[in-house]
Amino acid sequence: MSIRIDAAACIGCGRCTEICPGSLILRGADGKARLRDVRDCWGCTSCLKECPVHAIRFYLGADIGGRGSELHTEQQGNILHWIIDLPDGTRRDIPVNQKESNRY
Amino acid sequence: MKTEFIRTDLLIIGGGTAGCWAAITAAQTGRRILICEKAHIKRSGCLAAGVNALNAYITKGKTPQDYADYCKQDAAGIARDDLLLSLAERFNSVTARLEELGLVILKDADGNYVSRGWRNIKINGENIKPLLAEAVSRYDNITVRNHVNITDLAVSGNRVQGAYGIGIRDDTFYCIEAPAVLIATGGAAGLYRPNNPGFSRHKMWYPPFNTGAGYAMGIRHGAEMTTMEMRFIALRCKDTIAPTGTLAQGVGARQINAAGEVYEQKYGLTTSERVYGTVRENLEGRGPCYLRTEGISPEQDDALIKAYLNMAPSQTLRWIEQGKLPSQQNVEIEGTEPYIVGGHTASGFWVDASRATTIGGLYAAGDVAGGAPQKYVTGALAEGEIAAESISRYLDTAPAAALDPDDLDAHRQEIERYLAPAEPENPDTAETLEAAMQQVMDTCAGGIGTHYQYSAAQLAKADAEIRLLEQRTERLHAADFYALMQIYELRERLTVCRCVIAHLNARKETRWHCFAERTDFPLRDDRDFRCFVNSRLEGGEFRIILRDLRARGGECNEHPD
Ligand SMILES: Cc1cc2nc3c(=O)[nH]c(=O)nc-3n(C[C@H](O)[C@H](O)[C@H](O)COP(=O)(O)OP(=O)(O)OC[C@H]3O[C@@H](n4cnc5c(N)ncnc54)[C@H](O)[C@@H]3O)c2cc1C
Repeated sequence: MSIRIDAAACIGCGRCTEICPGSLILRGADGKARLRDVRDCWGCTSCLKECPVHAIRFYLGADIGGRGSELHTEQQGNILHWIIDLPDGTRRDIPVNQKESNRY
Repeated sequence: MKTEFIRTDLLIIGGGTAGCWAAITAAQTGRRILICEKAHIKRSGCLAAGVNALNAYITKGKTPQDYADYCKQDAAGIARDDLLLSLAERFNSVTARLEELGLVILKDADGNYVSRGWRNIKINGENIKPLLAEAVSRYDNITVRNHVNITDLAVSGNRVQGAYGIGIRDDTFYCIEAPAVLIATGGAAGLYRPNNPGFSRHKMWYPPFNTGAGYAMGIRHGAEMTTMEMRFIALRCKDTIAPTGTLAQGVGARQINAAGEVYEQKYGLTTSERVYGTVRENLEGRGPCYLRTEGISPEQDDALIKAYLNMAPSQTLRWIEQGKLPSQQNVEIEGTEPYIVGGHTASGFWVDASRATTIGGLYAAGDVAGGAPQKYVTGALAEGEIAAESISRYLDTAPAAALDPDDLDAHRQEIERYLAPAEPENPDTAETLEAAMQQVMDTCAGGIGTHYQYSAAQLAKADAEIRLLEQRTERLHAADFYALMQIYELRERLTVCRCVIAHLNARKETRWHCFAERTDFPLRDDRDFRCFVNSRLEGGEFRIILRDLRARGGECNEHPD
């Protein structure tokens, strides 16, 4: 389980570098974000929520049953959209209203 | 290497749950407060991904004493009633304050909080950490230094004088002088070989970045520690290591084995017994074990998918990408590797009612403080608040702090030694030694590999191996300040490992299955071990002190042995 940073989309703002609870994201010589070691990600998804251009994708490693889908988030007002791109090209968008409590 | 010297009234090490709350409490007195946080307080520590509920709340008709009694019973007696009560008395007030700060809490038509069981309330905890960080930012007298990792305390004459740290983004050696220090660094993960040691080695329940720094700093300076043998092993969703409480308490899912039999009652319902039952069912050929979710409604599926996104998004991703929702497939469960976490079990600093440790001017709160299991979020907040109030009183008469120049120099030289060019013939790195440590702990100190069991002979081997690894850390080399932090993290873990081994060895009974399960002493021994096992590091060796269950910290109530 880890993240993939899309170098083409990254604008080098440094917000993910600032926020990662493990200080795992560096800025390379080109100013773009780079993960130090794919194995060190905890999976908290803080960087996804922080990225202003949705350049960070989260996935589950094959060793924990991952099937190659990628997750990212997009914020719209109080709604946090959790968007999953499946390997077959389909997309699931799960909107979560942040002003609503969990029911369980 | 740059050096930065800072003076403050109160240094808070770790800007997590307890640390942030302590800061906003102490800020009311107008004193200067400095938070040093190894990451960034907006998303650091246990709360980074969010939490699913407030696990500790006094619901209608219940009392703080009911909560304390429940915790003591769950811990088979080994817990401090005074500490538990003082936390439980504040659960509801800190919750009200959290709601004012913006936390969304579920309410019924009459405006009352909706409870989950008798001691939990339902929330949307996704943004709980950003809310705390925002509250901190409102005070001019709180300074936050993000990305400053504290590596050691400065202590002279058993009184804290401040701390030393490294700035991992500004390559700076920090020397902080403070007459009062609050340790709020959380617990320790990564001591044992994790569930998935390969690509997903950091997919643990407890944050892999909470390395037990606070425990290690206290241990090194001779602070008294308690109950380090009461490890916490979480029962979690297999692979994603996501919490199970939302399934068990939220939709009432029971623990079943491969044959579909509910096995919970067979082993008992305490936290450790729930893990133990799962281990036994597997060992006896009745695994895998599951939480029975098949047959829940589509509305329940939908609510679970969202609830998990608010705290453990991996689990939702798994449900979606495997194309099987919880209503269609039971959720497999497993035990995690052991953690040391004073907010779940009773491990940590031995503190008095004011949360003072046995080192003058040094206080502890949250997962790093011992004696009070099942604190969770609200308990960590309450404890931060109590500690901050005590520190404010202490500061009225506290002697001024002064860093010892020789001590400061020694700390600077140590960093320079690690940053010096690598010895070409040394194959060790912080990573290889960490893997070695986890392997030793797994096989000789009761990890997943031995179904959490161990004996005196195995512990002796573990202790010898960990000591050797400690020596090998001296020759490590760091290419930059991040690598330097990794060396310090490894050293912290090794120190905690040695303390855990000493404690495991001292409790010659099995009081909690899995959490501290001996093959050589498989039974509970209430005559000799209905007491706290405490320790102090003296001259490089742990001196074990058995304390009476009525001991309150600050006194010397030794257990008659
Ligand atoms: C995944 C997970 C889910 C949980 N879910 C719930 C839940 O739903 N409900 C509930 O009530 N409880 C829950 N808990 C428990 C609860 O979150 C913790 O008990 C509580 O947050 C601990 O607070 P703390 O302040 O001790 O630690 P933390 O909040 O982790 O704070 C420790 C801080 O110290 C920093 N730090 C560590 N070492 C250093 C150093 N050397 N120098 C500087 N900074 C350092 C860390 O980066 C971190 O910010 C959960 C815990 C986890 C791990």
